[in-house]
Amino acid sequence: MKYVIYPVALALLAAVPFVASDYALGLLIGMVTYVTLASAWAMFSGPTHYVSLATVAFYGAGAYVVAMLNEVMAYPMILLITAGVGAAMALVVGLSTLRLAGVYFVIFSFGLAELIRQLITWYEINIYGTLGRYIFVDITARGIYWQMLALAAITIGLTAYINRSRLGLALRVIGDDEVVAAHSGIPLARMKLMAFVLSATILTLAGAIASPRWVYVEPAIVFNPTVSFLTVIMALFGGANRLWGPALGAIPLFLAFEYLSAHFPDVYPIFLGALFIGVVFLFPNGVLAGIEGLRRGKKEETA
Amino acid sequence: MVNLFKHAKACTTAFAVAAASFMTAGHATAADDTITIGYAVALTGPNATGAGISTVPNYRLWVDQVNGEGGIEMPDGSRKMIEVVEYDDRSSNEDLVRAIERLASQDKVDLILPPWGTGANLAIAPLMARFGYPQLAVTAVTDKAPEFAARWDRSFWMLGGGHDYATGLVDVLAQARDAGTINNKIAAVSVADGFGIDLIKGARPAFEEAGFELVYDESYPLGTSDFAAIMSEAQASGADSFVAFSYPPGSFGMTKTAQAMGFNPKVFYISVGGAFPIYPGIADGKADGVMAIGGVDGTSDSVKAYFDAHTAFVGNPPDSWASAVTFASLEMLEQAIGRVGLDHGDLAAELSNGTFDTVIGQVKLEDNQLRDLWTVGQWQNGAFVGVGPADKTGAAAPVIPKPEW
Repeated sequence: MKYVIYPVALALLAAVPFVASDYALGLLIGMVTYVTLASAWAMFSGPTHYVSLATVAFYGAGAYVVAMLNEVMAYPMILLITAGVGAAMALVVGLSTLRLAGVYFVIFSFGLAELIRQLITWYEINIYGTLGRYIFVDITARGIYWQMLALAAITIGLTAYINRSRLGLALRVIGDDEVVAAHSGIPLARMKLMAFVLSATILTLAGAIASPRWVYVEPAIVFNPTVSFLTVIMALFGGANRLWGPALGAIPLFLAFEYLSAHFPDVYPIFLGALFIGVVFLFPNGVLAGIEGLRRGKKEETA
Repeated sequence: MVNLFKHAKACTTAFAVAAASFMTAGHATAADDTITIGYAVALTGPNATGAGISTVPNYRLWVDQVNGEGGIEMPDGSRKMIEVVEYDDRSSNEDLVRAIERLASQDKVDLILPPWGTGANLAIAPLMARFGYPQLAVTAVTDKAPEFAARWDRSFWMLGGGHDYATGLVDVLAQARDAGTINNKIAAVSVADGFGIDLIKGARPAFEEAGFELVYDESYPLGTSDFAAIMSEAQASGADSFVAFSYPPGSFGMTKTAQAMGFNPKVFYISVGGAFPIYPGIADGKADGVMAIGGVDGTSDSVKAYFDAHTAFVGNPPDSWASAVTFASLEMLEQAIGRVGLDHGDLAAELSNGTFDTVIGQVKLEDNQLRDLWTVGQWQNGAFVGVGPADKTGAAAPVIPKPEW
């Protein structure tokens, strides 16, 4: 049954641009982008409980690859290179840091975005000679939407596959108790690294796909830490351990932020802060789990 | 399977609720006797400071003035009140692009005013071109303005490029050197960010061509707060002229550092922030003689009237660089509407070819760019006035050497 539902749903979503206004399409792009980011983030951070704030490091790097290469080669080629760059970055970073646990990993991942931003700034100033690049790629908003939708579908599909595979099982064991995992013979480093690289590659690709909408990039514009925070809060809001959790967190929050920016521009940061606190206190496992918990509670009462 | 449907149902419900709240959020379409003008600027985030000084107050002041007079005059003599649609782009270009799409395709506003910042104006340029709106980009300093004006023929670039300001400064210094007031040594520092790099890149060859010797040339990262080391090296370099291609935090920090260490170069030049109304306060009331980027015609009555109106409406005077130009761009828009109406093509043509009476004097764009710009200003008797280019109407004579702090 679901082999029919998913393709049909995907086809319907892909057909939306033919009836949507430009603004609706812009909203869809934003929504699908955050669905992709949150889902890709949860692919690694969900089961392992390694909270990563490095999302924008990869997302921004993807955008920068496009900015650097858009005048010298064809777009599909750039995407391939972007995926390679993302994977290579994640491999280097992962090998050196996945032994860190808990809060140390969080801090490191946050620093990573800053590190990459400063490295690119240094490179641009001292080697390239100017800061700020232009992206003139001949891609319409529809094209961006379709690519991002495909990436979102791949991400969620891949997560579903991983969840059922040995990798997924290993990651869950690692998340529950690393010592137990090690004693059961799970190769900790290799498993974590595989998930981290997959997740980071998708994040990097998402940055590359979104970048033509910016036209002009500068490290300060691209490596905006808010992206990392939003991704985490969206995934946690929906539930980082569930297949559809991140997507379900991303869509309502994205729309809520959009609504706030139009009607209550000054309260947006307050709302964001309150949300962080609220999610942690009320739905530590995500809204989905929270709702299920409520239902179960009610059933038990009636029984 | 049941579980799957439950999820799917939850998904669609959440989506439908959110979508419904959006549909109702759209702004009422304008009646015939109003003009809707939309803009998305940074009201929160890192760009909010700049937008809050040069852009937003001027938009609000202009709308208030125009509506106070009964609205914008149309070619047939009738008047239309302005209705504003304002969005926050949260200093993010992604949000900004979406806000422009929203203004154009959802709110269907008559005109869109530009955001603050070079990156922001470039991000929306392709969209503005696609929707056909004229874009009067003021707070975008870029040497590529001629290319952009050619690429998007309804875009207008009104604040020049880094190269203009660098060469403008070199001209002022060259005159002082030729008069024998300063030696031919320059100490320059620049912030390692887009703007600082553009300026120093323009300045290096210009200094060399004018026969100056760049005895100190150092860049510092954005976010630097301790300038004691570079300032003392600059002081030790033997240069009479200290030139900083800086952003406001750097400009302010270097001013305080120079005062604290008693560094009194004959020329003290800083960049962004030097023309802000708060600068004399930062300089502890000793701003006179400090040079900075920008300037306004200190002899002009219209500038004075604009400063008074701004002070009365906003509570503080405008900055003396981008603010007056921003306000002038709005006056141009108003006059162009009065001549040709609201058709975007006609408006763009009129902006491109017409001559306008504005707060900064008579404006006629060249290839969609404002080229008649103040490049160097100086604090004189408590006001920041334009000193370069020296042949521009109203240019004050620069005071060199600067009085000691």
